[in-house]
Parts: sequence; structure tokens; C-alpha cells
Amino acid sequence: MERYDVAIVGAGVCGANIARRLSQYELDTALLEKEIDVSLGTSKANSGIVHGGFHDNIRTLKARLELRGALMFDRLHEELDFPFERCGILVAAFHEDEMRAIEQLYLQGVENGVIGIEMCSRERMLELEPKLNPDVVGGLHAPSGGILEPYRFVFSLVESARKNGVQVKTEFEVAAARRDGDWWIITATDGRELAARYVVNSAGLHADTVSAAFGGERFTIRPRKGEYYLLDRTTKAKPSKVIFPVPTEVSKGILVIPTVEGTVLLGPTASPARDKQDFATTRDQLEHILHSARTMIPSISENDVITSFAGLRAAYGDDFYIALSREAPAFVQVAGIQSPGLTASPAIGEYVKDLLKEAGLKLIEKRTWDPYVHKVPRARDADPYQLDALVREEAAYGDIVCRCERVSEAEIVKAIRAGHTTLDGIKYYTRAQMGRCQGGFCTYKIIRILMRETGMRYDEITKRGGKSRILEGEL
Amino acid sequence: MRQARYDAVVIGGGAAGMAAAIELNRRGHSVAILEREETLGGILMQCIHNGFGLIEFNEELSGPEFAQRLETQVRSRGISAFLCTTVLDIREEGGTRAVYCVSPAEGVSRIEAGAVLLAMGCRERNRGNIRIPGTRPAGVYTAGLAQRLVNIEGYIPGKDVVIVGSGDIGLIMARRMTWAGCKVHAVIEILPYPSGLTRNIVQCLEDFGIPLYLSHLVTDIVGEDRVEGVEVTPIEQGALMHDKAFRILCDTVLLSVGLVPENELSRAAGIDINPATNGPVVDSMLMTSMPGVFACGNVLHVHDLVDYVVEEARRAGAAASEWLAGYRPEAEIRVKAGANIRYVLPGRLNPARENRLYMRPLIVRNDCRLELKVDGKVVRSIRKAHVQPSEMLSMVVTQADLAQAGRDSVVEIALA
Repeated sequence: MERYDVAIVGAGVCGANIARRLSQYELDTALLEKEIDVSLGTSKANSGIVHGGFHDNIRTLKARLELRGALMFDRLHEELDFPFERCGILVAAFHEDEMRAIEQLYLQGVENGVIGIEMCSRERMLELEPKLNPDVVGGLHAPSGGILEPYRFVFSLVESARKNGVQVKTEFEVAAARRDGDWWIITATDGRELAARYVVNSAGLHADTVSAAFGGERFTIRPRKGEYYLLDRTTKAKPSKVIFPVPTEVSKGILVIPTVEGTVLLGPTASPARDKQDFATTRDQLEHILHSARTMIPSISENDVITSFAGLRAAYGDDFYIALSREAPAFVQVAGIQSPGLTASPAIGEYVKDLLKEAGLKLIEKRTWDPYVHKVPRARDADPYQLDALVREEAAYGDIVCRCERVSEAEIVKAIRAGHTTLDGIKYYTRAQMGRCQGGFCTYKIIRILMRETGMRYDEITKRGGKSRILEGEL
Repeated sequence: MRQARYDAVVIGGGAAGMAAAIELNRRGHSVAILEREETLGGILMQCIHNGFGLIEFNEELSGPEFAQRLETQVRSRGISAFLCTTVLDIREEGGTRAVYCVSPAEGVSRIEAGAVLLAMGCRERNRGNIRIPGTRPAGVYTAGLAQRLVNIEGYIPGKDVVIVGSGDIGLIMARRMTWAGCKVHAVIEILPYPSGLTRNIVQCLEDFGIPLYLSHLVTDIVGEDRVEGVEVTPIEQGALMHDKAFRILCDTVLLSVGLVPENELSRAAGIDINPATNGPVVDSMLMTSMPGVFACGNVLHVHDLVDYVVEEARRAGAAASEWLAGYRPEAEIRVKAGANIRYVLPGRLNPARENRLYMRPLIVRNDCRLELKVDGKVVRSIRKAHVQPSEMLSMVVTQADLAQAGRDSVVEIALA
């Protein structure tokens, strides 16, 4: 049986950050993921924002981790080559009453120590973002807030962790766990077993069932759905900063987000999900998104919509639940990680490392630890001269497979070789199929490349593993 | 970076691109076709059904046969065709036009061109564009992708099919999937009339007993990993009848909900786009707002028949040739879409020439008149037995029609 010092259950943004943090030490670590690829849960369908540190009070764990995490992104970006930009955040008020809430956010931001945060007049708001509705009465500006591609962040974290010795096991769904002396013996649904001294439960939506499997605290994750619209990069409504409305009790509201890769994201809504598989979008909520987003940026048009999707927040209580279990030995709970989970995630990695140390895990720094991942050149980012040089080095850069997002065959092959062997995995790694045609032109080409590179048969090609087969027969 | 120069560069090697290139070559110009796929022919290559060429060749051909006819001419005339070549950029540089493109074999090339012809075709609208709510399982494809998978790749995307939209590709695919042994349960159309050609409704649905639900909307897609069904809601007097909604079990949803001219290169080059067609704004020579750049075929506006595409492309090739030789229209008169017309193309007339116009109606009507009006006065009226939005109309406007028109005249085309 394989034996590890630490097993991390769940390869979302938390698990990936924890794995990479632990990869800095002389440890044998396993990252377990029930899906066919990493980052396929909450981490793939969220707003992709590095928050401004003013929404929550510093007395909460989530605010402390958010503030600390937000500061870690510049270095991570340098090391891990994921799309990230500190474009700044605006909160827009459209009524004088809302200005009181803005002032509260401002004061909270100042108390939290947010750098550069400012209250803005109507004039200043329109100067910072001319696309705003001229009815704006004022607002808040947090210049340090930013945007990133969440799945690319997770992919890079996992690649880095793997490079530094972490074992990543996909399609490993925890079925049961038992104690054997000082060890946890973990059994997967397919019968695989491994042993670990310490276990981290970062299973997101399924953290409650994983906790139960280990005899940990009983709690219930109540998924809350967030629906989104994605607009084409040709939209005239793309702002230069993330635009927030004044938040309500339950959520930060519908945002207008200029993504790092040039498209625009509208959302999320906040409604209770039927269950943990309820990723359905609904007509009413989608209408609500357009309506709310247009209040802030009137030029948003439904003609620019290229897709809609929903993500589930792994909600439990008001704050993050990150602690050593009092019920299960050598077991760390990382649960209830909703907004600002992505922002906080690098700090969560550090926090969990400290909890494990407190629980007795020996941490000896690895001399050979390499923080950098291999940078994959992207055809889309290259000017004609750079692209010419890329093609001379590797001819497949000259074969543009995805015309909408300008993705070359070389990038698709690199995605496959990095272990992303589903259409969705390739999409999140390369952006192929993510543009205005949504795979109408490139899907068959990607299928061809997948088959050639992996030897997969037509009936093994899936959208995202499991039964999500793309082709049902041969002629 | 490789450098080259041609009198004309044609972007896209489908029917429009080949026809334009042939015309330019015939008139003595050096021409290069840039095509991103491995073959010429464009989308015709996956259209293995017949019905092409009735006007152009006076016989009924399949898509690949139609393409073959053009390709033979391209080859025999020695027109340069660069395959696997994707255009990155069209720029105005030093008083001329430069097209940047990339291929695995040549890397990036910069090709100078006296004239550039846009012939990039169109793309299919997809689920996001029509905002069908629901889950996001595997099994939702555009009809054109399904056509590619079946006819060229040799795979069946699914066994139990519902087709959303009654566009021509959807209708053709209803028949094709049935032939491939699949069950096509329904074609769902939001409008009270079909979007495709009448002959396709008859030959692809009625002949196979496939139900067509007019005034119905797919309001939900169900299924976790793979599609498990769709919810269909009738529309009565413009309102969704939620209590009459029903579910159809299926593993595949094919979308045939319209085509959009593929103008991302044009937009990036700063070329003006007409919101009514989603194609470039063009003058009487089919020239865009960027001097020396012409457009033809489905990149200009979506056509019903490839025969019309070829006719228009030939005209664009001829116009580009004349433009290269220094011809400029003396004056042009604007022509507008009048009552019941969605658009008229091109939007400018050359009063010194004969002008062929294409237009699309906004209405379904029997027994009506297509009218050309100059300053409110009907100068010509053509009887039409039947018009519908899915069938394009055409009219030739002569010098005589415009004899009374001055530079500031209002010329419009209307359906009465």
C-alpha cells in the first residue's frame, strides 16, 4: 500500500494551494480528486476575483485570510504563469442611501488596512470607468483588487506541486476511511487504498460527507448557486475594472467582471441549489443578471452573450471553517470556503500548513524546491514576429485550431501531455472552445488530436469524464 | 518572416473565395487564396446532400461536387492556394494592404495585396447566443458540427435527437441522422413559420414523418453528464404557456438557430459592420469601409444558396479588378430598406451601371409586390407569389430606373 505523510482530499483551489505549500517540505503528499481532472468543482465556475479586502471585518477568519492571500498573488503570478491582473475594483452606488453603505465599506477597508482604498464622487467614478451608468451617485475604489483565471491558477498550482513531488490521484473518490495505528487507511470507490498520517479535508461541496467518512464533525454543506453569463470579447460593454453593486446581506451582488483573457463575465446570482449536482441555469435568474448588470453598465447587450453557466458555493455558516478536527485525529477541516475563498486560498495553504505543524507534522524545508512552472507560450499572446519564431521552433504553433481564441495545436498537445484529456480540461487549460463559437469549429479537431496523442477510442472521449461521452457511435 | 506580394489576396477558400479568385485571375491578376483548413471548399465539403448548383451549373450537385468544379478551375488556372494558413491580421501599411498569416510549414508571412477580398463565411449561433437555460451536459452540438462529425469524421454524436431551430442545416441533419439509424424526435421552432427552405421541410422532415413544432421554445436542457431530455413550451400570442410544457427524452440536442457572418478579422481591422447583416458595410463595388478591401459570400450576409454566393463573389472579383485598374464610381446613391424589408445589400447604387441587389423580407406573405421607389415614387414593381424571411430576394436596378435620381435622392426597396 502506498504510504503518505499527508493526503489532501479535493483538488480545488484550496487543496491545490495546500498541496503546493506542503511540496516545499520533505514530505510525501497525495492530492486526491474524485473527478477526472482537477479544478472541476467550485474552482472552475466562480468570479475569478482577487477581492479588495473591504467586504468583511478583520475579526473574521475569512477577512484575515483574504487580506493575507490577496498580497500573495503577485509572487504566485510570477512563479506560476497564470493570467492575473490587478485591474482594481469599483463599488457603484446609484442612490444617496447606498452611499452610507459605501462609507461603511470604506471604513471597514481602512480598518482592514487595505492600501489605496478611496471614496469616490460621481465625477471620479465616471472618470475611473466611463462605461458606468451616468446615474451613479458615487462609490468606492479599491485599486489593489484584481482578476485571474481560476482554473488556470489551480492547474498551475497542481503542476508546481507535482513537479515538487506531490502525487496527484484523479478519479479517486473517498468511500471510507479507517484508523490503523497512527495511520489513516483511505479506500476509494473503485477499491484503491492508500495510507496517510495526516488528512486534510478540502473537499468543497462534499466536505461534509468526507468529514463523516473520517468520523469527523457532523455538518452540512448547503450549496448556494451562482449563475453567470459570459460575453464575447468584442462587446462594447467591457469595463476596465471589476464593477460591484452595493452588497446585500446574502451576497456581494451581480458583478460586471472584465476577465483577464478579454471576455466579460456577468454574475453571480445567489439562490439555494436543489442539491450538489444542481448546475442548471434558469431563465428567471439569467434575466435578473442582465437586468442588474445593465443598471451598472447600460451598454451590455444580450447579443454579446456566448454562454451561461452556474457554479455552487460550498456554503456552511458565515465564516470559513478551517481547524484541526476535535473528533477525528490528525484530520484538518477546510470547509465552508465560499467568497472570498479564491482570494484567501494561498493564505489557506499556509494556515493549514501551520495547523498540521501544530498537530505534530514535521516540516523540513526541501532544498530542491522549485517554485517555477514551465511557461507555455500562447499563440494568442504572440505578435507576428514572436509567433514566427515559435513556429520555427515548433511547427504546431502554426496550426491555429481554435480560431475564436487563437489557440494553436501546440498548446492543445501541451494540455494533453499535462494530463488534461477531456474536452473541458483542454478548454480550461488552453481556452479552445471557450470563445464565441463555443467549440462549433474546433471540437472535431481537438477530438482528432486527443485520439492521436493518447490512443483513446472515440467512445473514450468525454466532456468531463464519467458518462459525459461526446460520440455515441461510428459509421 | 516570409514576404510576398499579389495583386489580390482572398481570405477563405470556400465557394465565395474560389469564385472571386477565379474571376480575378481571369482578368489577368495574380491572386492568392488563404485557407485555414487542409482543403479548399469550405463548408461545402461536409454538405454531401444534393441541391447545389441548379442556377450556377444548371444541374443538381452535392456540396463536394460543387466545390470540385470551382477547385478544378482554381488549379488549372494556377491560382496560388495556401492551405492550413490562418490569417492573423489585415493592416493598412505604407499606403498598401498587408495580410499577416501563419501556417505550420511557412511560419508567419506578410503578404502585400493591391486588393483584399474577405470570404471567410459564417459561423453557427450556439446555445449561449439563444440562451437556453438548464444544465451543461455533453450532447449539445450545433447542427454543422454534427454534420462534420457524421459526414467527414465518421462518428454518430448521439442516437435520440431533438433539433432546435428549423434552419436548413438542422433540417438536412434531421434527415442525415435518420439515415444514420438515429431517431429524430422533433424539430422545435420558436417562430410560427419555418426558418429553412420549403423544399427542405418537405424532403427532410415530411418525407420521414419527423414532427415540426412551430411556435415552441426549448425552455430547459436536462441531464448531468450527457443530455437526458429537453423541456418544450408552446408559445401562444407571444407568451410562453408554462402549464402546457412537455418533456422529450433524448441524448442529443442539435442547434440550427441561425448563422452569423464571421467578421472578427474585419472588426479587428477597423472595418465598419452593418448591424442588420453582421457583415461589412459595402458600397456599390462591394468594397468595405477600408479602401481596397472587398467582401462577398456569407461573410457579407448569410445567403440561402451557394449559387448566389458564387454570383456575388464573381461580382466582387470583377469589382476588385476594376478598382485595381483605377475605376471609381463617380457618384453613388444610397438605397435603404423600406417597409417589410430587413436589409438591402449593397447599400449604395452606381447610377452609371446596372446594380444587382439582394434583400431579405421581414414578413411571410403571399401575392405581394417588391417595389423600387425613388423619392417616394414607385419606379419598378415586381410581383412575388410568396415571400418569407428564409428566402432571399434579388433585384437588378438599371441605369434607366435611376434616370430621375439625383445624388440626394432617397431610394428604397419595399414589400407592399
